[in-house]
Amino acid sequence: MSEIHLKALAHSYSKTPTGPEDYAIREMDHVWEQGGAYALLGPSGCGKSTLLNIISGLLTPSDGDVLFDGKDVKHLPPQDRNIAQVFQFPVIYDSMTVFENLAFPLRNMNVAEAKVQTKVHEIAEILELHPVLNKKAKNLTADEKQKVSMGRGLVRDDVSAILFDEPLTVIDPQLKWKLRRKLKQIHEQFNITMVYVTHDQLEASTFADKIAVMYGGQIVQFGTPRDLFENPNHTFVGYFIGSPGMNLIDVKPVAGGVAFDGIQVPLSDELNKILSEVPYNSIKIGIRPEFVHVWDKATEDAYECDVLHMEDLGTYKILTLKLGGQDIKVRLGEDHDVPVNKAYVSFPEQWLKLYVDDYLVEEPSVEDQVVEEAHA
Amino acid sequence: MNKVENNKAWWLVLPVFLLVAFSAVVPLMTVVNYSVQDIFDANTAVFVGVEWYREVLQDSRLQDSLVRQFIYSFAVLLIEVPLGIAVALMMPTKGRMASLCLILLAIPLLIPLNVVGTIWQIFGRADIGLFGWALNSIGIDYNYASNTADAWVTVVLMDVWHWTSLVALLCYSGLRAIPDAFYQAAHIDRASNWAIFRYIQLPRLKSVLVIGILLRFMDSFMIYTEPFVLTGGGPGNSTTFLSQTLTKMAIGQFDLGPAAAFSLIYFLIVLLVSWLFFTTITHMDKDK
Amino acid sequence: MSLLLENIDRVVDGEFHLNSINLSLEPGSFNVLLGRTLAGKTSLMRIMAGLDRPHNGKIVMNGADVTGVPVQKRNISMVYQQFINYPNLTVRENIASPLRLAKIKESQINTRVKETAAMLQIEQFLDRYPLELSGGQQQRTAMARALVKDASLILFDEPLVNLDYKLREELRVELRELFKARNSIAVYATTEPNEALALGGTTTLLHEGRMIQSGPTPDVYREPVDVDAADLFSEPPINLVRGWVTESEVTFDASVHFPLNQDLKSLKPGDYRFGIRPSHIGLVPHNDDDLELSMNVELAEISGSETFLHVKNDHFNLVLQLSGVHAYHTDTPIKIYLPTHKLFVFNLGGKMIQSPSRLVKG
Repeated sequence: MSEIHLKALAHSYSKTPTGPEDYAIREMDHVWEQGGAYALLGPSGCGKSTLLNIISGLLTPSDGDVLFDGKDVKHLPPQDRNIAQVFQFPVIYDSMTVFENLAFPLRNMNVAEAKVQTKVHEIAEILELHPVLNKKAKNLTADEKQKVSMGRGLVRDDVSAILFDEPLTVIDPQLKWKLRRKLKQIHEQFNITMVYVTHDQLEASTFADKIAVMYGGQIVQFGTPRDLFENPNHTFVGYFIGSPGMNLIDVKPVAGGVAFDGIQVPLSDELNKILSEVPYNSIKIGIRPEFVHVWDKATEDAYECDVLHMEDLGTYKILTLKLGGQDIKVRLGEDHDVPVNKAYVSFPEQWLKLYVDDYLVEEPSVEDQVVEEAHA
Repeated sequence: MNKVENNKAWWLVLPVFLLVAFSAVVPLMTVVNYSVQDIFDANTAVFVGVEWYREVLQDSRLQDSLVRQFIYSFAVLLIEVPLGIAVALMMPTKGRMASLCLILLAIPLLIPLNVVGTIWQIFGRADIGLFGWALNSIGIDYNYASNTADAWVTVVLMDVWHWTSLVALLCYSGLRAIPDAFYQAAHIDRASNWAIFRYIQLPRLKSVLVIGILLRFMDSFMIYTEPFVLTGGGPGNSTTFLSQTLTKMAIGQFDLGPAAAFSLIYFLIVLLVSWLFFTTITHMDKDK
Repeated sequence: MSLLLENIDRVVDGEFHLNSINLSLEPGSFNVLLGRTLAGKTSLMRIMAGLDRPHNGKIVMNGADVTGVPVQKRNISMVYQQFINYPNLTVRENIASPLRLAKIKESQINTRVKETAAMLQIEQFLDRYPLELSGGQQQRTAMARALVKDASLILFDEPLVNLDYKLREELRVELRELFKARNSIAVYATTEPNEALALGGTTTLLHEGRMIQSGPTPDVYREPVDVDAADLFSEPPINLVRGWVTESEVTFDASVHFPLNQDLKSLKPGDYRFGIRPSHIGLVPHNDDDLELSMNVELAEISGSETFLHVKNDHFNLVLQLSGVHAYHTDTPIKIYLPTHKLFVFNLGGKMIQSPSRLVKG
């Protein structure tokens, strides 16, 4: 069982990196706690595969350390790290039966045959592989193969972490949720740290208790799926999570708040105070389409907008509005009335976020439930 | 495409049919025809049924060369396949060295068969050949022209030199097609190098090996030119293989009937062995 | 230009890949073909393109029968799932290639390539090679090649399936915008209901080689003709429950009873299948006649901004689509509320009898 600590870790594929743009992983400090279900989420090219290879031991980082339970494993090869990995495409030993596949790691470690038998049967039971135990592994379906490759990690008592590299890529869409469910059950049953790498927000949020969102070689937020949705710590998280993503508008500070295109948005005194004190390159406000309030009549704190168009997505509608020079997307329920030509929107204070240089600025609050480990 | 809609496509296939008919079916039928008749001259032929087949199967010259032929093919496969795999495993995977190895491997395959025979004929001579001279100078009495064992060693060695490259190249391409994830998974499962070979590389080489073994079997079973040039079938008849015997019979003695019957038996043996091998291998994957 | 398909059949090895398809595509329309894998979408597109000939039936373009006319002689273009470009040509030459084949003047080629590239936002990559670009940019290049030549029919065979979802979102919007100004017919095949909804236009549902419904996309979504149509056009899949109706009461799977209310009173006594969309079931009651059910959570799938909650009890499995993030452990007991006025009613043969949108809610 182990905790994975990435300490002052950075990696560059170039031998003589000259600037931050030469780094696939920019310096980070990150802890995956023992027994947690985690996801590493990001678009292609964000560095998540590099990070995965560093954890599994296929790649030695150019800077920093990798600690498993406090022990430095930076220079250890994968086989000495007590980890298992499930790859994008199922890796099974073709010529062996399912049973032999599951027994393989144990037999390699010279485990007594009686123990092999009980252990393999126990894991096969959990993974529902019993009916196919004596079948040749190559004749299995893709989802069964992925279960076999996961099983090879689970049979070992010494495995403390399982890494998943987009494991559902080749699974039929109808079967995906069943395998997701199995993964969750396994995690609840075993006390094993699991790290799931994917570019798909659905897979990450369904599997993980906490998600690390990666962007440009950095972890920009580490939080629960709910945090990522309700409290994105970085503009990228706001954009990347949710469909459509967060509305983000460039603003300038004015007295009592911020403004864009002549439209003033008031902010709380605390935020105004912070704004007046920090240096900045850019200020943005952000609000999710789900949280914008829409009225068909003018109200006290509502802004008047033009209705550009409406997308009927069946279960909900996406309204695109023009506020000043900005397009604002609003999500409306299926039965919500759609305003024509003019609409009035307001931004509830709770859901209006302020970003300075792309990072969230928050009022210091008493009930501070938000996880702030993401970035220093 | 639907046949019903449009029959034009058949015209495109026609040349192939004609070609196959003239190159394979017609000659084969001629041979079948010869094998059941006794031909005296262009106008006189008598139907003799299976007479020639009986005669051929009882001919001790043929029985002997058949046995020799099996031993030879078996020996050649036994050396070339493991050696080819070993070479492929040891080859560098990328960079300039990899291309260099590939070129070196390809060279023997490019040499014409009779030239290969000539090369070894000279190479093995005790007086001017490097190989023969070297052996003799370290005290091994080696002479492929007079000693049966030496002759066998030389013909087998010659084939190994000539054709191991083919197996090695096939295996090399097979090995390159194994995704890295398989090796990573095996390392994580703590597999030894032997286990990696046995459970990842070998199973994944199976399809190319099947092709390689079939090619090498058929080719070596029908070998003619190289041993003919090297030893002429001698000393005695000790390196006379099936195709040489057949040629002697058909062209040397002009026994067309028995030669035809023999050709068909020869053809059936190759077909049968290949088929047996292929079905056994493909059946191994099925679940009971 | 218009395209008319009449009674199209295609049989391969004795199996109907397409079974009497009748379809009329209007000039300037955006048509989505929605169906699962192997439903016949690609077969139908190949016939529209002239790559295959139908067994029976007629294809009429602008009033002229083109059934036997091969693809080279029809003015069509096609975009595939895989990003298909010429790897040895630059993006500029890739886009220009259909125009070169059509022997268009060089000066004109130049302007048209630039226009199309601008439309698809790949102007800055014109001198690069396709393999140096990201997947999204490669597919934009392929699309530009299809759009540059002013084809009268443009076929898209699941073009976005290999891209990640943020790019899909963006390209979908762009595509819809691109076609607003054009007079050509676009046909777009997809397996995803949400993509069909996002693209709008008209939707044709294909199921096992048959066309089960066709019409404006929102209408097809709200008024499915049968169980198959409802199931096909719902992601997550629509919940279906067997039910028994008497003079006074409805029973679901012998376990849940509720009085026959205003919304369902027109139903004659008998056996029915009831359907309810995942988004209509809630965790809090909205109406007095909402049906309260006690279930167990199987899995909460979270899509970032939505939650698909899979729940079950001894009698049936249901899926809920909830806005926002709701995390649940498996096997958590939970109460859900099913609004009876949102029920679709099908007879046992699967034909729709009543849909919620026909009811005026009080």
